[in-house]
Amino acid sequence: MTAVDVQGLRIAFGDRAVVDDVSFTVEPGECVAIVGESGAGKSLTARALLGLLPGGASATTERLLVAGTDAARLGESGWRALRGRRIALVAQDALAALDPLRRIGREVAEPMEIHGLRADGGRVLELLESVSMPDAERRVRSRPHELSGGLRQRALIASALAADPEVIVADEATTALDATVQARILDLLRGIADSGRAVVFISHDFAAVRRVADRVIVMQAGRIVEQGSVDEVMRSPRSDHARELVTASTPVPRSSALASGAPLLRAADVSKSFDRPAVVGASFVLRAGSTLGVVGESGSGKTTLARMIVGVQHPDSGALEWISPQRVQLVHQNPLGAFDPRWTIGRSLREALQAAGVSRASRAARALELLAEVGLDRALARRRPHELSGGQRQRAAIARALAADPQVLVLDEPVSALDPTVRQRVLDLLSRLQRERALTMVFVSHDLAVIAAVSDDVLVMQDGVIVEQGAVADVFADPRHPFTRELLAAGR
Amino acid sequence: MKAAGLWIAGLYLALVALAAFAPDLLATHDPLQTDVRAALQPPSGEHLFGTDQSGRDVLARVVHGAARSAGIGLLATALALVAGLAVGALSGIAPRWADAVLMRVTDILLAFPEFLVALIVVAVLGPGGANVAIAVTIAAVPVYIRLARTQTRTLRVAEHVEAARILGVGRMRAFIRHVVPGVLGSLSVLATIGIGSAILAAAGLSFLGLGPAEPQPEWGLMLAGGRNVLGQAWWISVFPGLAITLTVISATVLGRALRARMEGRAA
Repeated sequence: MTAVDVQGLRIAFGDRAVVDDVSFTVEPGECVAIVGESGAGKSLTARALLGLLPGGASATTERLLVAGTDAARLGESGWRALRGRRIALVAQDALAALDPLRRIGREVAEPMEIHGLRADGGRVLELLESVSMPDAERRVRSRPHELSGGLRQRALIASALAADPEVIVADEATTALDATVQARILDLLRGIADSGRAVVFISHDFAAVRRVADRVIVMQAGRIVEQGSVDEVMRSPRSDHARELVTASTPVPRSSALASGAPLLRAADVSKSFDRPAVVGASFVLRAGSTLGVVGESGSGKTTLARMIVGVQHPDSGALEWISPQRVQLVHQNPLGAFDPRWTIGRSLREALQAAGVSRASRAARALELLAEVGLDRALARRRPHELSGGQRQRAAIARALAADPQVLVLDEPVSALDPTVRQRVLDLLSRLQRERALTMVFVSHDLAVIAAVSDDVLVMQDGVIVEQGAVADVFADPRHPFTRELLAAGR
Repeated sequence: MKAAGLWIAGLYLALVALAAFAPDLLATHDPLQTDVRAALQPPSGEHLFGTDQSGRDVLARVVHGAARSAGIGLLATALALVAGLAVGALSGIAPRWADAVLMRVTDILLAFPEFLVALIVVAVLGPGGANVAIAVTIAAVPVYIRLARTQTRTLRVAEHVEAARILGVGRMRAFIRHVVPGVLGSLSVLATIGIGSAILAAAGLSFLGLGPAEPQPEWGLMLAGGRNVLGQAWWISVFPGLAITLTVISATVLGRALRARMEGRAA
């Protein structure tokens, strides 16, 4: 029996269709990924499978079969009987999806109680063990905030599995996780499919899809533009959009890696502590005209290191020694927060120019030139930050950093929040700017693929320590440290 | 429905503003002119709102009272906004001990009901319109100080302020350009809601005889003036009372709408 059978799904807000003519099936034991960028309609499609569309949205289908039940014209009480029991959701943000006041054991038991199933402690423990929750007996009594992001996601998956549904819908369930943790959760989802359930996996990331899915559906602007087996689509995508997405999620290592360059900055045994050590004994060299990639998971100290290079924070011990004075600028992780929300982009740029000593008369013209340099329309100068898209904002943030005509640009996770194709364009922009302006760059990211694509040299950080460093090609070809190997394996 | 309420509130406040700035357009009688032969007349064609014990036209007194009654509340809110911004922002950047002292003083003021604080202040300063404004300001200001301090602390370390500093914008300049306007934005939202209660507090003090003195027309004072003859001549108290009620409600309705808009924009 087919687990999910959707034909001619259309979702509209009023007259405006945001998902149209979407048809697909998922068999038991199969993982089907729905891939697309923000606004492609993939999450809405997933929600329609669960009868959980947001207010104002209406769905019509020719056929909607969920685990053999005709759900096309189901009322709310019908959906309630279905949800959790036949089809369950694993959401992206486990911290928001789990009740903060409730212990994990209660959370996992709840779906069973709702559907009138036996929900004793033994069954709960069994479920937590089935999702490889370490130390499950103790975790039963933990509250969500006491668990790490990866463990929370496991707890959420355990509660989705609790009432033994035939279909699991995972909506960006691994997006917010660190690479190595993400890899483990993906393997868990793959195992759930192998055990005979149907898994619908929503993602924007082809790298994750390749690891978990059998088939892939590519959506763009509410429609399916391509579907097929993962191998097939990744090897020879037929639609332009699929090709773009595949290319963007498999960045190729930098071909023209800089072999040598004069040292610009020497860091010797640099340490910094806040409540606990953030950076411990970091020593490295930044070479002129090169890009130094800093890679690590959350809490590894990479942002602190970047901020010390910019000079916003000072090392407790050790020294950062610039060989000659340099103008250093920072591009923040979150461009929405880095602009004054009340100011237009133009005004923020003019402020930066003023701070850089540009005369009042030429500021307005220079601001427009900067926008043009990062490929933004000059009309955006009159917009406020929240009126821009994520990609536009990041370009604007780069433009502002360029106002001071820096020689060194430090970028803290500059592309993490962006869709793959937008990310690729911002990376292209950065590499063009580096060429044209002979910039030296420090590029911080948790994403090894991105680091590989932009860096000449790389620092791999774990718990505040640089565990490995060297030319990016060498480190990738022959990783010495176990953590680097794990990171590389997670990205494959 | 909501839009209709907004329109009515807006129109009413426009009327109050007109009364405050050009009272002679709305009332033909002299608000101070007594006429014992025409005392305690009910509303009629000649006197739309009737007359009081001294034969003064109630409509004229309500209209001429607008400037003083609404003005005291507005002035007090404006003063609270400015003082709250100054003290709160200072507390937000002051050394720890100075911040602690300012906050404890604020806590003490906050511990008493606002109206009681205003009453004590005006008892010390003596009656009068200006003193009522000062009293209402002092009663209302702790909330503004609190908010200004918290906002200053938050914005000082906000990413966009740090971003400006990294670009080379001076500490003082970044504070004035990015922190102060942000704090002012939050305080204005609070003030739009606060105007109504400030007007009410000012009218309350006047009602107790602590505000402007007779024969000045002021709504709270008029309300008090008619209370002994409420049985025979309800109009003396009811019309100024209605004016207060409608002003407070209208100011609150508009304030809420304004706040919703500002918060919508900030989000």
